Amino acid sequence: MATFSTNEFRAGLKVMLEGDPCSILDNEFVKPGKGQAFNRVKLRNLKSGRVWERTFKSGESLEAADVMDRTMEYLYTDGEFWHFMEPDTYEQYQADANAVGDAHIWLKEQDKCEVTLYNGAPLSVAPPNFVELEITQTDPGLKGDTASGGNKPATLSTGAVVKVPLFLSEGEVVRVDTRTGEYQGRAGKS
Amino acid sequence: MNWRPGVELATLRRRAQLLNQIRAFFLERDVLEVETPLLAAAGVTDPAIEPFCVQRGVSLPAPRFLQTSPEYAMKRLLSAHGPAIYQVCKAFRDGEAGARHNPEFTLLEWYRPGLDHHALMEEVAELVCGVLGDRPYRSISYRQLFLQQLSVDPMTATSQELAQVARQHLDPGDLEGERDLWLDLLMSHVIEPRLAHQGMCFVYDYPSSQAALARIAPAGDVSVGQRFELYVDGLELANGYCELTDAAEQRSRFDADNAHRRERGLPERAADEQLLAALEHGLPDCSGVALGLDRLLMLALGETDIRAVLAFDWDNA
Repeated sequence: MATFSTNEFRAGLKVMLEGDPCSILDNEFVKPGKGQAFNRVKLRNLKSGRVWERTFKSGESLEAADVMDRTMEYLYTDGEFWHFMEPDTYEQYQADANAVGDAHIWLKEQDKCEVTLYNGAPLSVAPPNFVELEITQTDPGLKGDTASGGNKPATLSTGAVVKVPLFLSEGEVVRVDTRTGEYQGRAGKS
Repeated sequence: MNWRPGVELATLRRRAQLLNQIRAFFLERDVLEVETPLLAAAGVTDPAIEPFCVQRGVSLPAPRFLQTSPEYAMKRLLSAHGPAIYQVCKAFRDGEAGARHNPEFTLLEWYRPGLDHHALMEEVAELVCGVLGDRPYRSISYRQLFLQQLSVDPMTATSQELAQVARQHLDPGDLEGERDLWLDLLMSHVIEPRLAHQGMCFVYDYPSSQAALARIAPAGDVSVGQRFELYVDGLELANGYCELTDAAEQRSRFDADNAHRRERGLPERAADEQLLAALEHGLPDCSGVALGLDRLLMLALGETDIRAVLAFDWDNA
């Protein structure tokens, strides 16, 4: 596997550090006029999500991590694994609960997700930024109450619970921002 | 094709004004402006500085080095003629690129026969205040600074002790090295950021292992390199020496640099024999300082990235 020297470190580069794949967030060259040059590097551990800052001597190198981001279609879950397919090759991948993490509450069949592969296996899954999901359970809708501004919890088909306006009822489809978990509007409207 | 410069016309004007201010400053003080070659036969031996090497050209009997500073040539002028001199020139350092470094940069370097490094610090302060506006400055020895900021004595602590202090403040992984590596790490990563809130600050009398081309003299129970650095708002702006004039001592420092280079697997650099011959002839007692003009311009314009003051930065050159 290739290695990268500190002067090649760029945001987005994937490297191995202490056995874990990491993504470089920032690389600062620090050098006194006379004296040793260092690189102060900010990295995200792609397994734990932890961000940390590590200082290297300039010129040191790290092994490249075999990490790729792929857009894949979510197929189904069998309870233990979540199955994804690469649309071009029809190749299927199964992601475990660790890799899927909190994303599982937004996964709807046939939606396109960003799957990060590490050594060919899913390491993490990012749902689409916006998903459209059906309300499966909520208190009865207050017809016509579009003005009061109140809201109520609604359970969606994936199990996610979001706050929605009072006038919505079960069976309606809503649009949600998965990054904030906030209701955006009824599907097809904005 | 991105052919456009990275700066506005106002920035070019400010740089031109800065150059005028500097020339007026030295004219008033009767310091002579000089020029020396950028491409020269000898490079630096300093293990932490890498020159670019020009390999081919019909005029080149042997590869030459783009100068990492005009120091050697200016000392040859001083040895021959004597009076105070200054130069504004480009300098080049391979591998130094970042928010505060461009591999090609502009230096202001000057030498003052008869002045020690403390007297030269005062002159540096005058020049900088002339550009940035009057402001107070303070001076603190390297030793006092470490004691005050980190409660560790940089002159006597072992490398293990320094490593331990460093690990309290940052994560250097499995970094290994000698005392100077840890001192450099602590200075650049822990102390320098704290100087950001302390305006203009001279740090003087460095560990003798970091004397570079400065004289070494006793200071209490230890020896120090009579060297200073100026920090302005945490930005390292200038590096000065009470200059070493002893040719034999200079040669042994070149040899020591090359020994460090061998240990680190770096190519050795031949000593600059012309400089050594000039020292043999006699360099007057003097102090000298190199000041980063691009960084001074950053401070004048309130910029935090050197690319914001360069017409064409390294990636656009």
